[in-house]
Amino acid sequence: MAPRLRGIKEISSERAPAPPQAHAVPSGVAASLRGVTRSFGFRKVLGGLDLDIAAGEFVALIGRSGSGKSTLLRALAGLDQEVTGSIAAPGPVSVAFQEPRLVPWKRVLANVALGLRAADPVSVARTALREVGLAERESAWPLTLSGGEAQRASLARALVREPRLLLLDEPFSALDALTRITIHRLVLSLWERHRPAVLLVTHDVDEALALADRVLVLGDGRIAHQAPITLPRPRDRDHPALSALRLRLLTELGVPADSTQLTPVTFRSGMPSRIPWAPPRSELRGPTD
Amino acid sequence: MLVPTPARTAPAGTGSHGFAAAFGGPGLVVADDAAAAGGRQPAGRRFTGQGWLRLISPVVAVGLWQAASSTGLLPASKLGSPASIVHTAYNLIVADSPTYGTLQSSLLVSCERWAMGFAAGVVAGVFLGVISGLSRAGETILDPIMQALRSVPLLGLIPLFIVWFGIGELPKVLFVTLAATFLMYIETFAGIRNVDRKLAEVGHVLGLRRSEMLRHIVLPGALPQVLTGLRLSLVASLLALVVGEQINASAGLGFMITQAEQFLQTSVIMVALIVYAILGLLADALVRLLERKALVWRRGFVE
Repeated sequence: MAPRLRGIKEISSERAPAPPQAHAVPSGVAASLRGVTRSFGFRKVLGGLDLDIAAGEFVALIGRSGSGKSTLLRALAGLDQEVTGSIAAPGPVSVAFQEPRLVPWKRVLANVALGLRAADPVSVARTALREVGLAERESAWPLTLSGGEAQRASLARALVREPRLLLLDEPFSALDALTRITIHRLVLSLWERHRPAVLLVTHDVDEALALADRVLVLGDGRIAHQAPITLPRPRDRDHPALSALRLRLLTELGVPADSTQLTPVTFRSGMPSRIPWAPPRSELRGPTD
Repeated sequence: MLVPTPARTAPAGTGSHGFAAAFGGPGLVVADDAAAAGGRQPAGRRFTGQGWLRLISPVVAVGLWQAASSTGLLPASKLGSPASIVHTAYNLIVADSPTYGTLQSSLLVSCERWAMGFAAGVVAGVFLGVISGLSRAGETILDPIMQALRSVPLLGLIPLFIVWFGIGELPKVLFVTLAATFLMYIETFAGIRNVDRKLAEVGHVLGLRRSEMLRHIVLPGALPQVLTGLRLSLVASLLALVVGEQINASAGLGFMITQAEQFLQTSVIMVALIVYAILGLLADALVRLLERKALVWRRGFVE
């Protein structure tokens, strides 16, 4: 498929010519954002954000709830018509959402094949299902799948399009801990085989540390901090370099150093603290939560 | 594990006016699939497995009625006994009586009116609902008119219909059509507008063209509510039929009723009413069957 530039205004239309505001993208870049801004009412969620994602790079984006992580992902996916600035994402872009969002009236196989422009969509979809280990569930109705199975189907649906950029919007957050580990491994192996660039939005620092080549912290509407991770995978979460980085990232996220022994740390999403005397650590959850 | 159904269920208040409810029959057996198909919890659900218990009170009621008739407490001129109703029905159907075939021919005429009117109403309602649902312009133009017309009481239209269309078949059929049209319109329109936005986003991300979006996401997403509309409008159109048929009819169940009224044949009236009720139950069961086939994905298990 020929790379195409997608600008904000035209993002919904495949036939639209490249709009003038999409900037030139160097080759080897899967996504490039310049001056991306988005406000909801008076609240500016993204304020002139710049970001490049290299082809084949696995990037994790973390940030406090409400920091605009999902807004950024939706902008890249072309789901936000109100965003301004310049976004270029040449080539196919796929998304796996937090809830798997399978179309309930289509069987698993038909879900994966939906909208697929291949000579034989069904057999391509079947191969993808085999890859995520869901081959025997191809004729199941989505409502009968377990959470992990549904998320696998959703991954297959995203991957079957051979994306150059794969957007993952907290796809693991609703899974139980064991399933999450399995799916982490699956995502890594799929990524290693197909090598799309990945942008993983997550609220889980440890997840970002385990998977990503580069961790971005979103703060004040921009990339406030970024840290490359060169350790080979699979990674030992107690590796000293990761522990140091964890502390650093948590500090960037506004969690005071003295409260970080509560790891693993996840951030409650969607609910801002209303307690005036509670410091940011009020958003901390213990491991059993 | 069942993920919460993203599909729409009918808004509160639009469901469960089935004929079971309207006619107080042993309303039960048919209600069983409603939860699976329509997401509603029928009142009789708790009695699954001991449904025969629910037959006790209707049977006792009919027994008391028969006793009242037999002892003369309930004069036959007001209401015939159950036995006489069964006898009347027999005479209206079976060949060796002077009224042979009256019920069959009346039923045929009524069903023809109902079917024609209902089919036209469904087509019109779905068509208008799709236009309103899919386009803002369509909504702006059509919806105010439909909402305004909907609030006109249908019964009040009868005199006008007689003036406009005379006393032939046309006003009766149109009356049925109107009753079905508005409900189908409302449910279709709402069904389309209630399609999960998140699924529309999926379609967008998957690069579906507009026609594919309609075929794979929007119309199947609206289907449950359209089927709810189908059931509601079946009931409404049957009521319209009952009323419409009694205006200057020369054939049909309504004619049977007006004829019987003149000769104080309450048993014949009762037979006609029971036939109406059976029609309603059958139609409702038919749509339920349709729902079960069309919405198999909701039941969770492969057919």
